[in-house]
Amino acid sequence: MNLTLKVWRQKNASTKGAFVTYKADGISADMSFLEMLDVVNEGLIHKGEDPIHFDHDCREGICGMCSLYINGQPHGPKRAITTCQLHMRTFHDGQTITIEPWRAGPFPVIKDLAVDRSAFDRIQRAGGYISVNTGGVPDANEIAISKVLADEAFNSATCIGCGACVAACKNASAMLFVSAKISQFALLPQGQPERYNRAMAMVEQMDKEGFGSCTNTGACEAECPKEISLTNIGRMNRDYFTAKFLKEEEEHKS
Amino acid sequence: MILDAKIPAGPLAEKWSKHKFNLKLVNPANKRKYNVIVVGTGLAGASAAASLAELGYNVTAFCFQDSPRRAHSIAAQGGINAAKNYRNDGDSVYRLFYDTIKGGDYRAREGNVYRLAEVSVNIIDQCVAQGVPFAREYGGLLDNRSFGGAQVSRTFYARGQTGQQLLLGAYSALNRQIHEGKVKMYTRTEMLDVVVVDGKAQGIVTRNLVTGAIETHAGHAVLLATGGYGNVFYLSTNAMGCNVTAAWRAHKRGAFFANPCYTQIHPTCIPVTGDHQSKLTLMSESLRNDGRVWAPKTVELAQKLRKGELKVTDLKEEDRDYFLERKYPSFGNLVPRDVASRNAKEVVDEGKGVGASGVAVYLDFAESIARLGEDTVRAKYGNLFDMYYQITDEDPYKVPMRIYPAVHYTMGGLWVDYNLMTTLPGLYCLGEANFSDHGANRLGASALMQGLADGYFVVPYTVGDYLATIGPKPIDTTHPAFAQTKKDVEDRIQQLIALKGTKTVDEYHRELGHIMWEYCGMARSAEGLNKAKGLIAQLKVDFWKNAIVLGENEEFNSSLEKAGRVADFIELGALMIEDALNRTESCGGHFRVESQTEEGEALRDDEHFAYVAAWEYTGEDKPEVLNKEPLVFENVKLTQRSYK
Repeated sequence: MNLTLKVWRQKNASTKGAFVTYKADGISADMSFLEMLDVVNEGLIHKGEDPIHFDHDCREGICGMCSLYINGQPHGPKRAITTCQLHMRTFHDGQTITIEPWRAGPFPVIKDLAVDRSAFDRIQRAGGYISVNTGGVPDANEIAISKVLADEAFNSATCIGCGACVAACKNASAMLFVSAKISQFALLPQGQPERYNRAMAMVEQMDKEGFGSCTNTGACEAECPKEISLTNIGRMNRDYFTAKFLKEEEEHKS
Repeated sequence: MILDAKIPAGPLAEKWSKHKFNLKLVNPANKRKYNVIVVGTGLAGASAAASLAELGYNVTAFCFQDSPRRAHSIAAQGGINAAKNYRNDGDSVYRLFYDTIKGGDYRAREGNVYRLAEVSVNIIDQCVAQGVPFAREYGGLLDNRSFGGAQVSRTFYARGQTGQQLLLGAYSALNRQIHEGKVKMYTRTEMLDVVVVDGKAQGIVTRNLVTGAIETHAGHAVLLATGGYGNVFYLSTNAMGCNVTAAWRAHKRGAFFANPCYTQIHPTCIPVTGDHQSKLTLMSESLRNDGRVWAPKTVELAQKLRKGELKVTDLKEEDRDYFLERKYPSFGNLVPRDVASRNAKEVVDEGKGVGASGVAVYLDFAESIARLGEDTVRAKYGNLFDMYYQITDEDPYKVPMRIYPAVHYTMGGLWVDYNLMTTLPGLYCLGEANFSDHGANRLGASALMQGLADGYFVVPYTVGDYLATIGPKPIDTTHPAFAQTKKDVEDRIQQLIALKGTKTVDEYHRELGHIMWEYCGMARSAEGLNKAKGLIAQLKVDFWKNAIVLGENEEFNSSLEKAGRVADFIELGALMIEDALNRTESCGGHFRVESQTEEGEALRDDEHFAYVAAWEYTGEDKPEVLNKEPLVFENVKLTQRSYK
């Protein structure tokens, strides 16, 4: 099939970007979306033109590196997949495809379609862990966890940190991402000792990074390649408010 | 050079405990005076960086991805082995040790492998304490499954994404140390050389992938946890960014490269569809627990299937050849990876392959679905089935999957001693990047185990011993070796940037991949290898004349990044061929057609080849020198593997 691409090109963070139109001819339906871009880039390199820069790595939907806004949707038109899992059979001959980077203040563009998502790392660093050192931990089977809870914690833990939730949200809210990590630990017994401090610290860092608030539209859940559920945001809010009260109690004591 | 592996003397089960006692300790107050560099943040790198920082060392960590959470360990699906014997099915540390030595076709060290099995139990405890959500049973305890080639259920798993969950565990431990200021993390930064001062590794040279800045970093020790080199084949299950550059640069600075020809071809991958293909997708071999591998009995039937004249579901039971079950009645579909892969190739070479290309065999779940019900199969493998459907547009609940082997893992890597130190003092190598524990073939669910064993439980002890020996004298980047190595890196980048030829770097990479897959893939012969040797030499000359590298260094330049990596892959490819030529026996993943049993199985030659081949770099375009480390087996009896 032959396609027309409108691709966002931007040399670096400090220059202005613009859409540039390219032809993608002779594309096979079996190609992945990124393989289609590879083909276009090979053509550009042969002409001595700078190839389109995009982030990608594992190409099997788990590393969370790829991040394209395709025809107005993060990771393209299909549900529950990443861009690298999107195949060209989803498109039809003659179609025009618009490709943009994630658009969100806290995710500045680095080049073309690649953005800086280090804000996510900083939120995790603020408290997205259980404070145990290597060694000296109990036998794994000393902690019995009900299968229902373990499975639900797993569901929250499947987040790949791609940022599609932020890109999909009109407020650029990162609440789905943050709440998934908070929920994973809040559901597990290992996560209890630091549960409220964790919620507090991660939410504070999230606000500091400039992400917006949640207004319950659910676009994040609809676009999440790992189908992280909105319920996580409910859990996070509960823990955050509880944390607020706990902290206040401490202040009264002192 | 005599290679001293430093395996402690004494009974197998006491080696590691005794060794740990004999290792020097660093005074707690002195630990903060040391800086350790860790390159790579996969399971091995992240766990090592976090553990060393917890001990009190200052750590500087590097990854080329935009976040340490994205290293390719994340893509491991199936699980992680541990000798917990939670199933009461006869597992033990000794059995895991034995299975790993045997699975590796007796080309790994007893001492290392026993230690791996020994610490495997601690890994699971550690991960659970970190909140890794492993699969559980209704009683609340951890679930296990049997996995590729094992007759006990010792594999712990987190649905089909064990790798991501373990990596996120290590990443969380790393994050905690970054938060506490003990680890300084550099992302989107690639290591391009090791700095050697007075014969010791004392730093690295890096390139910031966004700005192009070339920087030097000093450390009392340098740890490489930079993964495997499967992308030398162009198509592999590795991530696009996986490369050999860090290890190869270290090799050129004095670290020997061991057993480069030992590569693992994974039997259950989604077949290639065309030249545009950029990578291959693996489906966990846990699928072989319930899926049955087969091909049509005759070439005629295969042709009809390929042309679409016959539907696979219409093929009668008696026209199907469940070749693994037929040839290996006791192991059946669960034979080790190399055996499963080679048999698939054999069937395809006989003309019985299926799919449009004819380069695939079936993996069929019809019988399991009938026996267990679709819901049970979905609960076990749902995500893998979805992934297959996404890629192929075929529903594996209704028609059998088509699979074919693909390059997946590299057992070879930098030579390390029992302390995981390379032949360059102060330079350590962990995880897939080293050669140490899997011999000539890795068992399923053992890669995650080794990465975390090295990072959490081995290197934190052994690095301490080295640091205590050299003392906490401050080091920085003022030694002239830093400026010189930086200049070497800059010169090489300029050479690459100057290439304004006619062929893209990807075209060279694809060509290299074709050569390697054809002549150094599942079956190797002296004739083919010699041919490949010539082809690679030509390719190298051609690359440095006719490649196209665009742009400049001072920008985010994927063209330049790839060029440097492919240039290194070409050199590595030549060494792999050399190693494969030298090893005229068949063992594990290395199958020399000249060395097979009457039944067509791999035939080892223990008399001549029970050694580690450690290659020493001697200079540009000079032949590498082979150093042999004999493998001594005191506990296991070498037998010809048989899975009949």
